[in-house]
Amino acid sequence: MQSQFDSFAAFLDMGGYGFFVWLAFGITALSMLLITVHSLFVKQQIRKTVAQEQARAMRILEAREKRKQARQAKTVEQTESSKQTNSNLDIEQKD
Amino acid sequence: MWKWINSFAKPEKAYWLASAMQPYFLVIALFGLSVGITWGLVFAPADYQQGDSYRIIYIHVPSAILSQTAYIAMATAALVGIVWQWRTAFMFISAIAPVGAIICFISLFTGAAWGKPMWGTWWIWDARLTSQLILLFLYLGVMSLYLAFEDKQQGGKAAGIMALVGVINIPIIKYSVEWWNTLHQGATISKFEQPSMPAEMLWPLLISILGFVGFIGIITLIRFKNEMIIRDKHRPWVMQMFADSTELKQSSASKKEVN
Repeated sequence: MQSQFDSFAAFLDMGGYGFFVWLAFGITALSMLLITVHSLFVKQQIRKTVAQEQARAMRILEAREKRKQARQAKTVEQTESSKQTNSNLDIEQKD
Repeated sequence: MWKWINSFAKPEKAYWLASAMQPYFLVIALFGLSVGITWGLVFAPADYQQGDSYRIIYIHVPSAILSQTAYIAMATAALVGIVWQWRTAFMFISAIAPVGAIICFISLFTGAAWGKPMWGTWWIWDARLTSQLILLFLYLGVMSLYLAFEDKQQGGKAAGIMALVGVINIPIIKYSVEWWNTLHQGATISKFEQPSMPAEMLWPLLISILGFVGFIGIITLIRFKNEMIIRDKHRPWVMQMFADSTELKQSSASKKEVN
């Protein structure tokens, strides 16, 4: 297959129609590039935000779990101490 | 068979299918666009009447044909979504509409840049041109209708009905050059008759069309997957997918204990 143009300048000139041909091809390339970049940008953005949101949700759950455990430990302590006081009271009443 | 097809209504399965198809479309796009455009621009012979200006055909015809094909694909998805209540079909509509709009814009713009040197005008209210412009507005209408609803299921239904009604425009575009006396030339490629182009001009055009198919496919799939993740980000399959990334692994384990 043979190139239809003698030189690169002739290729750019497109037989005098260079402006129209390259305008058409340029805008086409630009539009295709724009939608590609946009799609990939959105993809990146989603991945980031979803991962962040999920990490945050996990942190909240973990914190809740910790609080729950702390609360349980506290109630156990309280019940034990109240048992003690109760037994003290019992002793007092016996007296 | 029917059950098997219906299983793709599930986003996780549709996501898997989209991921599996992506590399093929990518290869087709890269091959078709590079070979078709280079062949058309450099090696195809110049037209005896239009000289080198006709080389715009290698993007104009693929984008014009495929903007209509993409519309039909969108309308098919709309039908599936409305009749069988597939959520994924509406996600597909929102994915392909912007791609179709861009391709439709390309066909209109390249047509204008070709019309100026050949017809002496950028634009004329000719039947073919006007009906193609309406196709662009239909795409934009479907996109805005989908975005206008807070509830994306409702938005999908509304956009789907608009897409279905707009199908009437497709035969109008196709036969506009026959029904009306227009400035636009007749079909370049015809299945049933001898194509009105010699083989050395036709082959790069067909390869370029293939490249555009690949491009529309790959971008639509990327956007389709994006939309599925956005819509389903609180659903288990997306959570599972992201939980696979290292940091979240332990925390997801602790989450299971809580539940």
